[in-house]
Amino acid sequence: MSTVTVIDPTVTATREIEFRDALREAMSQEMRRDPRVFLLGEEVAQYNGAYKVSKGMLDEFGPRRIIDTPISESGFAGMAIGAAMMGLRPIVEFMSWSFSLVAADPILNNAPKMLYMSGGQFGCPIVFRGNDGAGGQLGSTHSWCVEGLFSNVPGLKMAIPSCPEDAKGLMTTAIRDDDPVFFLESERMLGMKGHVPDGDYLIPFGQAKVRREGTDCTLVSFGRPVNFCLDAAAELAKEGISCEVLDMRTIRPLDIDSIVRSVRKTNYCVVVDQSWSFGSPGSEVASQVHQHCFDDLDNFVHRVHSADVPTPYAFNLEQEYLPNARRICEAVRSCLYRA
Amino acid sequence: MSMLSEPSTSTAFDVHGKPGERTSAPATTGRRDLVDPARCRQWLRDMLMIREFENRCMQQYQDKKIGGFCHIYIGQEAIAVGCTAAVRPNDPIVTAYRDHGHALARGMAARHCMAEMFGKIGGCAKGKGGSMHMFDREHHLYGGHGIVGAQIPLGVGLAFACKYTDEVIDGRPNSRVALAFLGDGALNQGAIHEAMNLAGLLDIPCVIICENNGYSMGTSIHRGTTMGHDIISKAIGYGIDGYVVDGMDVLSVYHDMSAIVEKCRRESRPAFVDMRCYRFKGHSMSDPRKYRTPEEENQYASDDPIGQLKLHLEERGELTEAVLKEMQKEIREEVRESIAWAEASPEPPMSELYHDVFVEPHGPFNGTSLPQMLQGKDLR
Repeated sequence: MSTVTVIDPTVTATREIEFRDALREAMSQEMRRDPRVFLLGEEVAQYNGAYKVSKGMLDEFGPRRIIDTPISESGFAGMAIGAAMMGLRPIVEFMSWSFSLVAADPILNNAPKMLYMSGGQFGCPIVFRGNDGAGGQLGSTHSWCVEGLFSNVPGLKMAIPSCPEDAKGLMTTAIRDDDPVFFLESERMLGMKGHVPDGDYLIPFGQAKVRREGTDCTLVSFGRPVNFCLDAAAELAKEGISCEVLDMRTIRPLDIDSIVRSVRKTNYCVVVDQSWSFGSPGSEVASQVHQHCFDDLDNFVHRVHSADVPTPYAFNLEQEYLPNARRICEAVRSCLYRA
Repeated sequence: MSMLSEPSTSTAFDVHGKPGERTSAPATTGRRDLVDPARCRQWLRDMLMIREFENRCMQQYQDKKIGGFCHIYIGQEAIAVGCTAAVRPNDPIVTAYRDHGHALARGMAARHCMAEMFGKIGGCAKGKGGSMHMFDREHHLYGGHGIVGAQIPLGVGLAFACKYTDEVIDGRPNSRVALAFLGDGALNQGAIHEAMNLAGLLDIPCVIICENNGYSMGTSIHRGTTMGHDIISKAIGYGIDGYVVDGMDVLSVYHDMSAIVEKCRRESRPAFVDMRCYRFKGHSMSDPRKYRTPEEENQYASDDPIGQLKLHLEERGELTEAVLKEMQKEIREEVRESIAWAEASPEPPMSELYHDVFVEPHGPFNGTSLPQMLQGKDLR
């Protein structure tokens, strides 16, 4: 886990809180602001959240707005979508995005398509959120990175924060957004500490952030692997390789312009994506970079993904499976012909 | 305990089977007041309208004016008309893909329904939904949904939103009830069971109406569903009151649904209705109906909901041949006009392809990620 703490210099009033606190702060602030917002999911109320993200929210908002559901993802996701069609603004917590697969029909067939199929009559302002990705030795069924699967679907937005500050800023934006937002957190990052602004804090969707400036190679990533990239960049700096690390923050919309700007400066690009490589956000980024930066590139876009296998349980295998800092360093050296 | 109204179970063919003894207490007890004859005549008109509309739909489908899948409501008209009459105009409803009848009964103009199927800009969803996906915000119709059973969690969500809005936001008692329709073919989809459990658990005022026509496409209910003769037992298992209603008789539908809906509204609780009916046509336009006999079809044809209401009005001396003829003539003209209107309506402009994906006109497409066909174009 990276220990890099990012402080946005434009924000002054911050304090250091955990990733899970940042998520809770955004949800609670929005619930105070807008009575249409409510949270539902498994163990979100009386248990205080399976991962304590919603800790204390039942006490503040009561059981009508912090709603415990049975283990019934298809049912409660569909119910929340119906409520969103009528103008409420549900936040649906999936304990893990792995469990959203049994709700694939409502979250993919209803939420993102409702506005289009109804000719613009019924939108679906809803946030689906939960833990995404491997790293906790949970084995293959519980370690899904759904960004590869779900970002394929038009009509949804997908946010994937890499630090507590973004967790708050992106969550606030997600709740206020009029379209369905798939919000991908990581159980591995919930305890991560960082400086987070007080009060209303919104990060616009579709705006990447340069987490580290550099001149030799552009590292493009989203979510937890951004931290692996920062570790790799620190390592590579010792070898005299200066990496620019771009945190995309949202996969849909994708801020391709920021990527293009950086690649035109560095002429090299490595994409780091924790989903599987085949038909993934990483392959989409690579394709778009090749399209827009064909004459700027001094090598093809290299990609680092999770290994193309079901997620293994064993600690050593799982660590190697992830797009870890060592594998990123290797990809950068290879891309820069320094292997 | 008995059923609310006796369907014709004594005859030779009985696709539904004799219901169990656990039918919840009748919502309507005692005598039923006669419905105002003008209202009855309006229902007759509404049912005739759906019948004529659907007959002309079949022609338009065969003439290839309508694409995709098309599911005909003929035989089940009493349910959409009777249920609509039993609720308030702002009670939301949601249904499956056999949805033309619900759209018309709820008040959608025939021309908008027809134009939708023609894939024209004048359609209720600008031609982007098609036959299976009728949406009408003005009339609180939340679709037309193509995936079997998927609309039931949505319907429970509509009812949840009504209750939440009234009780949590506005601080007053719940005032609305949602109707969620499904076919008996959806009974074995997990989504409806999850939805019923949630509705029972969270006291959600949603009336789940199973239009039980005895066939899941070509599979009879007894070949596909356990306890097929007594499907309310499934709802009872989720703590939800169940009722059996004769869906071939609009008066029964109206009376029973009125009582059921008002009970749900008053108690803020869900209900489940086994609405027994028969689909006179195939599952969809491509269904040759080889799984049932002409004898069975003929027997159910004699229960025609339109014939039953006509007879009722005639017996009361409230319908003359001349009035009926005039009504039929007007309806034929209205449906003919809807076809002409749909024909004349333009196809959706190409800009519609990228509209309504997101609430902002072109969503989060920006810069170089703008779709190729929109680059350099005037987006309005």
